[in-house]
Amino acid sequence: MSDIASRVKAIIVDKLGVDENEVVPEASFTNDLGADSLDTVELIMEFEKEFDIQIPDDQAENIATVGQAVKYIEEAK
Amino acid sequence: MKLKRVVVTGLGALTPIGNTVDEYWNGLVNGVSGAAPVTHFDASKFKTQFACEVKNFDPTDFIDRKEARRMDRFAQYAMVTADEALKDSGIDIDKVNKYRVGVIWGAGIGGLETFQEEVTNFALGDGSPRFNPFFIPKMIADIAPGLISIKNGFMGPNYTTVSACASSANAIFDALNSIRLGATDVVVTGGSEAAVTAAGMGGFNAMHAMSTRNDDPKTASRPFDANRDGFVLGEGSGALVLEEYEHAIARGAKIYAEIVGGGLSSDAYHMTAPHPEGIGVVAVMENCLENAGLKSADVDAINTHGTSTPLGDVAELKAIGKVFGENAYNININSTKSMTGHLLGAAGAIEAIASILAIEKGVVPPTINHSTVDENIDPKLNLTLNKAQKRDVKVAMSNTFGFGGHNACVVFKKLD
Repeated sequence: MSDIASRVKAIIVDKLGVDENEVVPEASFTNDLGADSLDTVELIMEFEKEFDIQIPDDQAENIATVGQAVKYIEEAK
Repeated sequence: MKLKRVVVTGLGALTPIGNTVDEYWNGLVNGVSGAAPVTHFDASKFKTQFACEVKNFDPTDFIDRKEARRMDRFAQYAMVTADEALKDSGIDIDKVNKYRVGVIWGAGIGGLETFQEEVTNFALGDGSPRFNPFFIPKMIADIAPGLISIKNGFMGPNYTTVSACASSANAIFDALNSIRLGATDVVVTGGSEAAVTAAGMGGFNAMHAMSTRNDDPKTASRPFDANRDGFVLGEGSGALVLEEYEHAIARGAKIYAEIVGGGLSSDAYHMTAPHPEGIGVVAVMENCLENAGLKSADVDAINTHGTSTPLGDVAELKAIGKVFGENAYNININSTKSMTGHLLGAAGAIEAIASILAIEKGVVPPTINHSTVDENIDPKLNLTLNKAQKRDVKVAMSNTFGFGGHNACVVFKKLD
């Protein structure tokens, strides 16, 4: 697992209180990991802080799974 | 329309002197002080460096970690005590009509720590508004009853009353009225507060409202003592399940006491100072007696607001003298804030519980830390000084007054 992927995973485990085995690339934040609308906003903010990037709202809407988050951050870095 | 009778069928408490109702009562009758140096933040530069904090509390003992993270401490405290009170009541929440169960809560401030953290983070940043999406929902004072209803599915009236230190007595009176008028069968009521934060302590210190007895925190809250120098900030929560009498009888509920009335008034005088003659306080106790259909001779015990401030304590006792006349000398007057400190918006709730348990147990908890007589206080009053007193309490009144001049009073009676 890449460094980015493992840091993303750690944030998700912490914020959503899920088991790390559940945090697989295809897992959807809302459908699989129990996030509500506020959780997903918080996750995006945590990614921004952790990786020192800006994720505009219109692009944040397209980040619905763990894999999409990792891919977005890898491209943004 | 005939008013319905309302009884107390469940209690929950999380206080600086005990984390359950049983522990709280043991602390009260044994005269335990909850004051100690502040641990929630570094108070070394503060004029007051102690408070009555809740101790040994880990929210994840009660609440799922993810859920707990989404709640300010004031809401965590609310959830824990509401659970205790509901369990104590024995109500099967799957059998009640949930549209007729309300949650009417009190909080003077709400999520102060959350507010402080978010605004501090913003101030330390580059001006970008990186506010957490949970900032507002964690902070707002009405989230506590919201969360209690979400957990239990209660779909009746749901709101928070805000009247500073009178907040939870306001809530209890609203809960009484809701059931009395037939709008609800059951209301979970009470209040919670968690203002032992840098902003809370700093703000009250700036008003010169708090004791600065840093060399001896445990004796700092000394209501009615000549050397009192302000209140001691407390935190925690109290919850009461109020229930329509027939509803409680039908399910064979344990009944602690009947809640027979309440009163409300305003000083219309000053933002923070009590009226020196306590005219609003006279009015609130008179309103309360009238509302309950009681005479002044009926009252056995008064849990005073009694915060240990120089002005407030005297004004309240003068008011008791005016309302009760010669009968005042037969009343067990106390201030349990001598032990718990001042829980602000939760004070009315935990003190109502103290009044209810005084009726149930036949013991009036003491006003501790009294050593020097204040010549401005009528020496014939029984202030229940330093030791609990046995008494067959049939009627117990609980006073609370808040900054802004809000006065609220509730009265409980042994079930006939």
